Amino acid sequence: MTEPAGTTATDPGDVPVQLLAPDGRRVDHPDFAFTGTDAEIAAHLRDMVLTRRIDTEATALQRKGELGLWPPLLGQEAAQIGSARATRDPDLVVPSYREHGVAWCLGVDPIDLLGTFRGTDMVDWPSRPDGFHLYSFVIGTQTLHGVGMAMALQREHRVGNDDAAANGAVVVYFGDGATSQGDVNEAFVFAASANAPVVFFCQNNQYAISEPTSLQSRIPLYRRAAGFGFPGVRVDGNDVLAVQAVTTWALERARRGGGPVLVEAFTYRMGAHTTSDDPSKYRTRDEEGEWGARDPIARVKAYLLSVGAIDQAWLDDLAAESEALAERLRAGCLALPEPLLADQWSNVYATTPDRLVRQREEYLAYEASFAEEAR
Amino acid sequence: MNEFKLPDPGEGLLEADIVSWKVAVGDTVAVNDILLEIETAKSLVELPSPYAGVVLAILADEGATVEVGAPIIRIGRPDEASASVPSPSTSGAGPATPPAVAPASPASEALLVGYGAKSGTATRRPRKGQVADAPPAASVPAVAEPAPVTVPPAEPAPAQGAVAAVEPAPVPRAKPPVRRVARDLGVDLATVAPTGPGGTITADDVVAAAGGGSAPARAVSVPQDGERRVPLKGVRRQMFRSMTASLAVPQATAFVEVDVTATMQLIDTLKRRRDFTGLRVSPLAVFAKAACLAIERVPELNSRYDAASDEIVLPQDVNLGIAAATPRGLLVPNIKGANRMNLLELTRAVNDLVPRAREGKVPPAALSGGTFTITNIGVFGVDGGTPIPNEGEAAIMCLGTIRRKPWVVGTGEHERIEPRSVCTVTITFDHRLVDGEMGSKFLADVSTIMSDPALALLF
Repeated sequence: MTEPAGTTATDPGDVPVQLLAPDGRRVDHPDFAFTGTDAEIAAHLRDMVLTRRIDTEATALQRKGELGLWPPLLGQEAAQIGSARATRDPDLVVPSYREHGVAWCLGVDPIDLLGTFRGTDMVDWPSRPDGFHLYSFVIGTQTLHGVGMAMALQREHRVGNDDAAANGAVVVYFGDGATSQGDVNEAFVFAASANAPVVFFCQNNQYAISEPTSLQSRIPLYRRAAGFGFPGVRVDGNDVLAVQAVTTWALERARRGGGPVLVEAFTYRMGAHTTSDDPSKYRTRDEEGEWGARDPIARVKAYLLSVGAIDQAWLDDLAAESEALAERLRAGCLALPEPLLADQWSNVYATTPDRLVRQREEYLAYEASFAEEAR
Repeated sequence: MNEFKLPDPGEGLLEADIVSWKVAVGDTVAVNDILLEIETAKSLVELPSPYAGVVLAILADEGATVEVGAPIIRIGRPDEASASVPSPSTSGAGPATPPAVAPASPASEALLVGYGAKSGTATRRPRKGQVADAPPAASVPAVAEPAPVTVPPAEPAPAQGAVAAVEPAPVPRAKPPVRRVARDLGVDLATVAPTGPGGTITADDVVAAAGGGSAPARAVSVPQDGERRVPLKGVRRQMFRSMTASLAVPQATAFVEVDVTATMQLIDTLKRRRDFTGLRVSPLAVFAKAACLAIERVPELNSRYDAASDEIVLPQDVNLGIAAATPRGLLVPNIKGANRMNLLELTRAVNDLVPRAREGKVPPAALSGGTFTITNIGVFGVDGGTPIPNEGEAAIMCLGTIRRKPWVVGTGEHERIEPRSVCTVTITFDHRLVDGEMGSKFLADVSTIMSDPALALLF
């Protein structure tokens, strides 16, 4: 008897969709195309450069003792910018905890992101737009939330309308490690069952902390979608054009009522899992070098320079803007206000119940009963 | 001039080793230039500079282990270099000696963010209403204007002085089960000499300390010649003495097997009642109530012999003793006036008394003046026994374990065998004060109430 099919054989889909090669050449793909202008690509480059600067500055702030922890996104800029720029109102975006680039695209002030990691704030941010959910630190839990939101869009009749602009979908972010969680698989089941308008955007950065993807799955992750009954696409996660093209297709399909899609953005976490992690303990310099050659920013820069869409002056301006942003971030981090006791009652209920209002008053009165703190 | 203090580069780390310095005194550095590489318990980490300027001093040598929060480098303007700056470590040691190289006793607690808790500064703010109680120095009322004096010096106080002033008492290190043993035995862990790994306190250490101190209990001497010798003292000595004394009393025992299915149903009903919320409702409370009701009919069970006047004494109240197995040994605290309590009050009293007995917190008054005792050996899975009355009491009632058993119910042609909850109730009494009829009648009354609690209305 022969092995059942589908467990070991390779599939044409295993080759990630790519529209911009690491050397900066545009390449064609039979199914997907990037239709934007070079000016839009330059805007993506700016997003990616600024996001990387935010990330390095936050990492440095942690190293200076100003943040308790930081999960760096280094290397994943294209996956985040390309997918986030495919969203539009009334889409809902549900991040994990490393989506600093997505947060940037949706308009979250990066200083606000730091509060949680500095321990001065809960997980919500003053500048968060309604369509962008909170960071979720529990692995994979947000996929279920995202599917729930997608099912809510269905009930609000915001899916499959003739007026395409009125339709919305959910994009929910998670990592390769999360695919080993029950939550993610349950989310797949519910999404398929409800034909919910949700795009599962998996950034396969090759490691669940120290555990390589090869230990987690015997098949490419995108192929798992077939078992749940919806399409999966593997895209070069370091190619911002391909990511945007694939995510745009998936979101449009979901908005029309076509149901869920799994997008596996094949990328690499160039940094540590978090600032508490030391990746040199579980991966080789050779491997890091190999992926370094596929840098998401370098290829966009090479392309834009080659077609003359940008020049050195443009890049110098961007560098200056980056430094100014970093400085704003440094100062803003140190100036983050200390949390107030009353804050812990502020973010739980839209309308705080009487019982908790009384509790808050009691606590505040108790706090006020102390003499001023000598500083 | 700025000082960069060693941050916690991981989560909750206390110290790090300086692997190598990437800058030297006199170098000009920009923000985010790499200053040094450190190694923590988790990883090798490069630390970027928070400040721009000239390196004025390097305060920790390569290879040194430095506590999180200790200053490691000074960065400032070149002209600040000549200013005489006292080293934060000691005045004479010079910058070559790293300051506050991690001492054995942790001066700062691990925190997730920043430099860890400041040692010695965690004094509580005074309550406003307690100003009168505060020592004079602290009772200065808060002033609206900033105080003109006590401007803190720009440089931190010498570390030595600070440490000496606030030397925190080391927190005893013991696992939770060991802490439980210490609590049960009433032993202050701070007084126990640790012998466990890493200076931890073991259960044996606690037991040894309990034996050496005033607390009695299971103090065990070092085994010798294959024997253990347990000093006879405290609760154990008391049991030895009172049980010996009870041998002088002629005792008789009677027992009865009771179908307590209805009592178990009653307990289920009570558990669902709001007023019993939070209480542990057990058959023991119902037994206690039944005993009190039965004693009203046969008060001799609640009597004692007064040898001095050669009289039988019949107290009006039942001070109901409940035998409790505690870590210190057998204790029989009693509930005063149990006969005047309803079932809810009795349940509350039992809930209050038994845990306190186990924790050794029963007030002495609750341990004397008992008039009648019940003992629940059922909790050990035992069916029955012949208990010995407490000294100075006429009787003791013993409850066996409640088991599901085949039981004959119904009469005539409806007679059948059903699984029921069954329990053996035993009474041992002082046959000088209680005769066989009284004892049997008491036992029958208790049995009646337990088999059909509604009949308590007849009592």
